[in-house]
Amino acid sequence: MILSIYSFSTLTASIDKTLHRAMPPSIAVLAEFVLIGLLFLIFYALLGLFLVYLERKVCAVMQNRIGPNRVGKWGLLQTIADLIKLLTKELITIKNADNFLFNLAPFIVIISSFMAIAALPFAKGLQAIDFNIGIFYVIAVSSLEIVGVLIAGWSSNSKYSLIGAMRSGAQIVSYELSVGLSLLSIVIFSGTMQLSTIVESQADAWWIFKGHIPAFIAFVIYLIASTAQINRGPFDLAEAESELTAGFHTEYSGIKFAFFFLAEYINMFIVAGIAATMFFGGWMPFHIGHWEGFNEVMDYIPSIVWFFGKTFFIIYLIMWFKWTFPRLRIDQLLNLEWKYLLPLSLMNIVIISFVVLMGWYF
Amino acid sequence: MFYLLSGTILTFSVLTITSRRMLRAAVYLLFVLVATSGLYFLLNYQFLAAIQLTLYAGGIVVLIIFSILLTGHISEKFKNPAPWKLWMGASVFIVGSAVALWALLSNELVRDTGVEEVQIDMHLIGNQLMGTGKNGFVLPFEIISILLLASMVAAIVIAKKENN
Repeated sequence: MILSIYSFSTLTASIDKTLHRAMPPSIAVLAEFVLIGLLFLIFYALLGLFLVYLERKVCAVMQNRIGPNRVGKWGLLQTIADLIKLLTKELITIKNADNFLFNLAPFIVIISSFMAIAALPFAKGLQAIDFNIGIFYVIAVSSLEIVGVLIAGWSSNSKYSLIGAMRSGAQIVSYELSVGLSLLSIVIFSGTMQLSTIVESQADAWWIFKGHIPAFIAFVIYLIASTAQINRGPFDLAEAESELTAGFHTEYSGIKFAFFFLAEYINMFIVAGIAATMFFGGWMPFHIGHWEGFNEVMDYIPSIVWFFGKTFFIIYLIMWFKWTFPRLRIDQLLNLEWKYLLPLSLMNIVIISFVVLMGWYF
Repeated sequence: MFYLLSGTILTFSVLTITSRRMLRAAVYLLFVLVATSGLYFLLNYQFLAAIQLTLYAGGIVVLIIFSILLTGHISEKFKNPAPWKLWMGASVFIVGSAVALWALLSNELVRDTGVEEVQIDMHLIGNQLMGTGKNGFVLPFEIISILLLASMVAAIVIAKKENN
């Protein structure tokens, strides 16, 4: 199988073996933890920088502008300059705020996204932890993020922050349901929650094609609900600039603000990565049934390229939403979830169960 | 790892009940619950750990924080409780821990059961939860769903405006 030449498992296994040969087992495991943590930290920094740059470029294209183009080639160094500016800013401590909670909140938000990204399968054999409840684990740890947002809003002792936190809390709690239900539909199709097995199950075709209409409905619901869950436009009324200054992170400055900002973009990446894994086959190349020749040609493209290609395609879709749709009102937002999306996804689950029972999928 | 987690649980449990600020107490409670799910991860029972995270940390703590957000103010602090309440609490604590200790010590703890580690997968849990045979949980499951329905109806009735 050609797939195996791009596999990362030989690389990771050899690193594992060298570490175990060099030191006792417990220290070797610890060293691996530190290594993976460092890798993810570097990945976070690079990804955050790149996503902010991408957002500005996409926004510029939508609005018929050029976007950042002065710093570096095509403005590529613009976000690095922004980062340096952000790091040198003063950390403002607020009178009458609960300082302990105020400082804790950004960490809760970023740790929850850190825990979620660990379960993403980036390429064949490149996955930090592969739980047998993979997708459920991702949903579970990403639900912790809301606690950080609520604490941030409350502890800054400001009206804007409090209202922003309440809105964002209501929004995340409600849209979590639709996200969970739409992911559940793929779990029903594949019969497992383990992310690596879900990817393997799409070796003949991706679930969005194999599951045809119900899978497509689930994908659309997931796209809408997850855009709302990560507080992005057109659902960004938690931080609606015109009404609430910046919502729950109004009072934050410097690196603490950067944490919220980074977590927001990384969450977008995680959401897109999960969508790519569940609906578009993750790192699995584009395969069609038993067309051996075609499949083999597709296998020559490395799995990591497939994963990042699909993920950035979905990120582009999410950014497209933000710059084309007007912002919703809070009552419209909750109506959309509770009156339309939730009944629709419940019905979709019933249909999918029926389709799976009858074997009406490929 | 176990001592680290249980130490975290103990410390933050004490902080939860001694903190004078309501939201801080809720956040300490969150740490306790997350550390408990860490214990489940340590036992390799990932399903229960994820349930613990979604239900308790993501659900119940969020509800508590929401209600604090709606009612409390940042400068608000608890007063010292009345002495009789302290005594009541202390006696409940002593009786409860005595019962727990007695139960622990009177039972012979099995050190090594010799049972191999099982990976509990989704199919097993689903089949047990919906099973009608031995060890099936379909009856409690249905009873709980009726309870949930009743409480949902009650919530709607309470929240509904009177139409005169």
